[in-house]
Amino acid sequence: MAAIYSLYIINKSGGLIFYKDYGSKGRMDTNDSLRVASLWHSMHAISQQLSPTTGCSGIELLEADTFDLHCFQSLTGTKFFVVCEPGTQHMEALLKVVYELYTDYVLKNPFYEMEMPIRCELFDINLTQAVQKDRVVLLGR
Amino acid sequence: MPPAAPRSGDAIFASVERVNAELFTLTYGAIVRQLLTDLEEVEEVNKQLDQMGYNIGIRLIDEFLAKSNVSRCVDFKETAEMIAKVGFKMFLGVTASVMNWDADGTCCSIVLEDNPLVDFVELPDTCQGLYYCNILSGVIRGALEMVAMKTEVTWIRDMLRGDDAYELQVKLLKQVPEEYPYKDDE
Repeated sequence: MAAIYSLYIINKSGGLIFYKDYGSKGRMDTNDSLRVASLWHSMHAISQQLSPTTGCSGIELLEADTFDLHCFQSLTGTKFFVVCEPGTQHMEALLKVVYELYTDYVLKNPFYEMEMPIRCELFDINLTQAVQKDRVVLLGR
Repeated sequence: MPPAAPRSGDAIFASVERVNAELFTLTYGAIVRQLLTDLEEVEEVNKQLDQMGYNIGIRLIDEFLAKSNVSRCVDFKETAEMIAKVGFKMFLGVTASVMNWDADGTCCSIVLEDNPLVDFVELPDTCQGLYYCNILSGVIRGALEMVAMKTEVTWIRDMLRGDDAYELQVKLLKQVPEEYPYKDDE
């Protein structure tokens, strides 16, 4: 059964602003999640420099034995990435949905300070719904 | 999975929830009037409106990017076209045009025929230095700064001051791409 393990959002300086885990696998404590976020931020940057193709915007997919990592970077530098079971489909579409939820429930909240950790209940609620809907679609296949 | 095609300003404008345009005009008018009462000096009000616009712009850019599905613009000319054709259409429902490019391609004018902020507005003699729509210049400046462009946005023509159209001059000062502190010789 394809499943999402965790979702991360990092700001343009590489700081973790949102972390949520969904499964029993890949559960991390705060320090580890911060470390993963900084690590990914640096790797993403390095990959842009190393890329043999011009105009590369960084790693979009990392496939490992026990997990896949899908990453989406907006043109403003905010990165959304999800760690999931190998072979999980439609993660790019999910990341796009998360980006739209971010632009709605986080950025349009006037009390949210830019680049700071996200503490928006509406964002959490809608995100859970989006992931649930995704799960239902995946299970239905 | 192939990327989704960019959406037109019209399509996005049609798909978002609407509010009464007059409420919008009245709200903006209330803001300007309150700023004039609080700050008293027209220059200060201009600055505040620009700052407010900046704060809107830095948040609005992600909304724009998410809804319009555009990819990175190749040059500033494309950026200006995006702002005029997609941006203004999507958020204000008006079409703008880009003209008066300079030789380098770093400075242009965006001309608005129609402007919902100024419906029913007339400037009194006591506010002659006021740029009533200065929030728009802040919005553009803020939005572009979040996509690595430092710009200067000023009003060239303003119908409230007697001109025949609203003309904003957008000047690209410099591109500031994210510089990562990784140097080969360290």
